[in-house]
Amino acid sequence: MSDNILKIRDLSVNYQTDRGKLKALRNIDLDISRGSIVGVVGESGCGKSTLITSIIRQLDANADIPNGSIEFEKQDLLKLSLDKMRNISGTQLSIVFQDPMSTLNPVLSIGRQMIDIQYRDKTSKKIKKQRSIDMLNKVGIPDPQSQLKQYPHELSGGMQQRVSIAMALQAGPSLLIADEPTTALDATLEVQILKLLKELQVEMGCSILFVSHHLGVIAELCDHVIVMYAGEIVEQGSTYEIFNNPAHPYTVKLLECDPASISKKQRLLPSIPGEIPDLTNLSGGCIFKNRCDQSIDRCDKQTPKWNEFSNNHYVSCHLIES
Amino acid sequence: MNNILSIKNLRVRFRTKSPFQAMLQKIDDPFIDAVRKVSLDIKQGETFTLVGESGSGKSTLALATAGLLTAKEGQIKFMNEDVTNMTPSQIMAYRKKISFIWQNSIGSLSPRMSVGSLITEGYKIHNLKDRDLKMEADRLLKLVGLPTNIKERYAHELSGGQARRVGVARAIALDPKLIIADEPTAGLDVSVQGEILNLLNKLRDDLGVSLFVITHNLNIVRHISDRTAVMYLGRFVEQGQTDDIFAKPRHPYTLALLSANLTPYQKTSLENRIELTGEVPSLMDRPNGCEFHTRCPFSSKHCDNEFPPIHTFNNHQILTCHYPLN
Repeated sequence: MSDNILKIRDLSVNYQTDRGKLKALRNIDLDISRGSIVGVVGESGCGKSTLITSIIRQLDANADIPNGSIEFEKQDLLKLSLDKMRNISGTQLSIVFQDPMSTLNPVLSIGRQMIDIQYRDKTSKKIKKQRSIDMLNKVGIPDPQSQLKQYPHELSGGMQQRVSIAMALQAGPSLLIADEPTTALDATLEVQILKLLKELQVEMGCSILFVSHHLGVIAELCDHVIVMYAGEIVEQGSTYEIFNNPAHPYTVKLLECDPASISKKQRLLPSIPGEIPDLTNLSGGCIFKNRCDQSIDRCDKQTPKWNEFSNNHYVSCHLIES
Repeated sequence: MNNILSIKNLRVRFRTKSPFQAMLQKIDDPFIDAVRKVSLDIKQGETFTLVGESGSGKSTLALATAGLLTAKEGQIKFMNEDVTNMTPSQIMAYRKKISFIWQNSIGSLSPRMSVGSLITEGYKIHNLKDRDLKMEADRLLKLVGLPTNIKERYAHELSGGQARRVGVARAIALDPKLIIADEPTAGLDVSVQGEILNLLNKLRDDLGVSLFVITHNLNIVRHISDRTAVMYLGRFVEQGQTDDIFAKPRHPYTLALLSANLTPYQKTSLENRIELTGEVPSLMDRPNGCEFHTRCPFSSKHCDNEFPPIHTFNNHQILTCHYPLN
């Protein structure tokens, strides 16, 4: 019934390090339905980037995937040959990175790069060029004809990010992964880029997996939010539910810490005491137990199961169990 | 209270073409002004924050204040001493009273020095031989809330929050009167961000230093700062008491910045939220008239040609605009 474009089941990723096996992701289940925008939030080191790189199969050499599947458009990406994967990424699956300046090639003109990435098409250069112009038009770049001759350093940060969005969407992908695409931009440009992404998503009918640690950005753009902590998903639900009705103690604390949530001016800002557990040496039980102020005996021994807190709002916590 | 720092009409510029290139290409003015006609006062024990987009000259202003860049025009007075005309030995003494917390916390620590020697480096540079470095290191680490055994570690062994604390320890080592913090929470998660800001606030109260904080995170400005200035293309477009600026922004750019401040919670009570279009103009090609008119939703013909006048509201909210908002 539900049409899921991406279906991740029981995905785990380990990194082999000097200190032993670092369990960066553990048993991740994630669905993205067609045409929706899903946001992933979490602090640094919670596995957001590992999740993305495992979807595009660009994990570092010291990583291995002991179990799990990533089903995209009815095929398991983890079982595809690298050749087939190459064909999917860039056409059906594309990505916008954090820093546009390091994504674009500094020694080639924008036009050259936009034509180059259409190498799979056997059409004439003229058509490819026209396509690039149309795409630049779509992302709101004025006078695209002459911009094609420009080099990345001649464009401002906002313009560069628009170009990389244009390039990512050129082939009409069904899933766009956005890895903190607005972190390098200023607030006023950030709003412009988010608006653009939302418009293009509706126009082109793709799904977006949007990763960020900026809670405000996630709330503005996404339909569905996934909260990650130390390599696990702890809570997921609609954006409204997560931000207005958070249930997992970590989500509650995270939202409390955000200075934007405190409407009255106060000198002393809240923080979450303690540190993220060492992922090379996990003791079992709930992952958040050592920083949680409501933990009970069971949190030490038993890994919490998924509980439906309200309609389509799932929480992995012992306290929620009815 | 006394002004600890007072800057008048400061102008800092950078060369864009070498003299020879400029001559060949017949460019009369091969410079860009990163900071233009900036005036500000910081009182003792006060937190002054500077907000603005990247490239607006925030960091340049901070570097010039610390005496690390030379000003082309204008005056910087620190505790009634003129910084702009100091001799090298005077600058050395001045640097003891002013310290910096750098934006890139790990990058600003030498990878070859242990934390212990990093935080006591200042004593060696300023030849303070009477101090017991080991004791000082312990004292400083305690002040910033780090375990004393961290002394043996190197920069790469620290987490983002710890490196930031080491940066703070280095900054307070020489008992400065003013600490300049360039994006003190950049790259930190919200949970750690609060700890660092609380630490800065505590040090401000305990040691009586003034803080000059540069940031583009408006959410933290609201909580930590006493006065705020908004910078655009190297100029202050608005400055005043933080509470007033947040409650009643009067410059359209300030309003736009506040409107662009995305929060997951109820929208703040800004009656007329605005969204900007277009890009920030290049410093090489400053717009005529009001420099914000290319992006301003309220601009009229007037703004295109004439530089806006300075308005003062309630004696302290100063802004440059033809049509201040009410």
